[in-house]
Amino acid sequence: MQHTLTVLVEDKPGVLARISAMFSNRAFNIHSLAVGPTHQDGRSRITLVVDAPELEQLKKQLNKLVNVIKVQEMEPAEALEREVMIVRISAQPATRGEVRDTASLFDARVIDISSSAMTFEVAGTPQHLRTFLEHLGPYGVIDLVKSGRIAMKRESELSPAPVTAGVGR
Amino acid sequence: MLPDTMTEPTNFTGSHSLLRSLEYEGVEIIFGVPGGAILPAYDPLLDSPIRHVLARHEQGAGHMAEGFAQATGLVGVVMATSGPGATNLITPLQNALMDSTPIVAITGQVATSAIGSDAFQEAYTTGLAMHCTKHSYMATDADDIPNLIHEAFHLASTGRPGPVLVDIPRDVLKQITTWREPHLNNLPGYKPTVSGHPMQIRAALDMIEKAERPVLYVGGGVIKAGAAPELLAFAEAVNAPVVTTLMARGAFPDDHPLALGMPGMHGLYTATTAIQKSDVLVSLGARFDDRVTGDPNAFAPDAKIIHVDVDPAEIGKVRAADVPIVGDARSVLNDLLSGLRARREVADSPAREDWFAQLSRWKDQYPLAYEQDPDGPIKVQHFIERLYSITGGDAVVAAGVGQHQMWASQFWGFREPRSWINSGGLGTMGFAVPAAVGAKVARPDDLIIALDGDGCFQMTCQELITATTEEIPVKIIVFNNGGYGMVKQWQNLFYGGRLSAVDLGFTYPDYPKLAEAMGCVGLRVDHPSEIDNAIEKVLSVNDRPVVLEVVVDGEEMCFPMVPAGGSNDRVVMRRDEL
Repeated sequence: MQHTLTVLVEDKPGVLARISAMFSNRAFNIHSLAVGPTHQDGRSRITLVVDAPELEQLKKQLNKLVNVIKVQEMEPAEALEREVMIVRISAQPATRGEVRDTASLFDARVIDISSSAMTFEVAGTPQHLRTFLEHLGPYGVIDLVKSGRIAMKRESELSPAPVTAGVGR
Repeated sequence: MLPDTMTEPTNFTGSHSLLRSLEYEGVEIIFGVPGGAILPAYDPLLDSPIRHVLARHEQGAGHMAEGFAQATGLVGVVMATSGPGATNLITPLQNALMDSTPIVAITGQVATSAIGSDAFQEAYTTGLAMHCTKHSYMATDADDIPNLIHEAFHLASTGRPGPVLVDIPRDVLKQITTWREPHLNNLPGYKPTVSGHPMQIRAALDMIEKAERPVLYVGGGVIKAGAAPELLAFAEAVNAPVVTTLMARGAFPDDHPLALGMPGMHGLYTATTAIQKSDVLVSLGARFDDRVTGDPNAFAPDAKIIHVDVDPAEIGKVRAADVPIVGDARSVLNDLLSGLRARREVADSPAREDWFAQLSRWKDQYPLAYEQDPDGPIKVQHFIERLYSITGGDAVVAAGVGQHQMWASQFWGFREPRSWINSGGLGTMGFAVPAAVGAKVARPDDLIIALDGDGCFQMTCQELITATTEEIPVKIIVFNNGGYGMVKQWQNLFYGGRLSAVDLGFTYPDYPKLAEAMGCVGLRVDHPSEIDNAIEKVLSVNDRPVVLEVVVDGEEMCFPMVPAGGSNDRVVMRRDEL
């Protein structure tokens, strides 16, 4: 079971190293990790997606780090989660139109093109990206890079699950 | 208290600021070894009231700082240079982390401009320390030094205590600066919980009051919190027996009727079994270490757990707690006591006659046992009993790691907190000599005795040169069984007696001669009839360190024993039971 944690930390040298050191020390696995500044000076936010059977222990160990200010776990229903992916799909002239049309259902932008491939930028929920790959993967994925997941807690009540591709990007 | 700012001479540097900061924190003793990168700090040290104890190896300096801290509860300070100086500190730092001992390590670093260039004596000290300290700092500006040192002492000594390292590059030590009174306004992520939650305190009391077979499982946190008097009052008020882990020896008087002694792998049968059969286990500043629990799935199967710890991460780490209480042991015990007094007269404690009768039967049936042949060889257990008897137990005992450590814990009757100094979590051989030196520096008027093994002694004995030159008259008992006794015991029990790399021999070194060469008095005893005489001689030397080699039985094994990973239901009392 994957869990999303957002960790507010002091923006100081070595903070990320301390967190990853703790993970490797305690044999926790990080599935994805994204770091960036917040709107407050001297504060960064780390979004972690972890496979951790012992989530409570992991949260406590994070909190024990002196530079960690706050650890929040998000239930999938209350998390606004986003990832960005750059993916190069095999697209011969004969299939190019089909690939582009399918990709456009996901609001994917073409950011590079060659005689045999198209490269898309896709952003959205992890599910959105998975669905994109389910549909475009069969054409042949040549290369793929994903950002770590970022997340923020939802303020509103959960809106109905997105049914249309592209929605909830 | 020093004034807010002082007019500095124009040559006031980061090094001066470091020394003044240490003085501001109340430091009187530093253990250390100088070297290139830390050199600037050693110059103002000459003008400082702080005493520097020059160790012969940084590991020794680190263990001295730990011995100092364990003997007093104050923060121990160790100073070393960059590179090898810092890497030699890794063992004491990890040791202090495992045993929650408050120490601050100051290390020199190569100049800022050279960092990352593989400069002479460069090591990535803060990176290395990341894994073996509570926190670590690198100073990048001498103006920050007062605050960094203040934070380091605060972190080391509050919450769950531990080691903190401050790495200072050489150019920062030489930078012109001013000293300003430090403030703690820069730790937004550090807020240890001291007081237990009132609702949980009530729940704990309900559970303890109803218990038929309660046990108070006391760990080192009780000593750290200075909670021994509160523990005594609480144990008597609730009428519950007390076990003290290896780190908690002395937290509760062994001669008290409620005391069951040490539980665990080499614990007393009654202590281990009482936990095992308890219905309510009250853990106070203990962490369910594998040496206590044996197989955690078979540990205290019928017990509801009340777990009190200042470190929330310890609660539920090994065993789920029915009543978790995050808080300092002293504060929580005080709250439990006042909660109890509000409910009833303390005289109304449940009698729990069946439980105490059962405990007495176990004590009678499964006592600690060994056989001392009057013609020898000497058994360590017998020697410790004689030493205890002759000194009246009025001493601080430091131990190394192995059989002798377990026997010391089993056979010494501890009455006071901070009278037992040992390496519990990390199991660092060689701890005893330097730790005893540190303790003696801290408590010069007390009798400090290291009980050491021959294997341990050979790892750090050069610190006796520190002891003689610095006039620190410690007493060192070296139990010489000619090898690594505990490893040999395991090879005998679990590897079919195939002895591999455990034989150190009885011939070399000649311990009395080695001791004399280091400026100590060197003595040897090898016959039981000479023990008392030898102990009297050891106790009569007070102007210098003394080393007594006790030649002991090389075949003796340490029991009781729960084989590693086994269930505590099966405490092995003798070799033939395995």
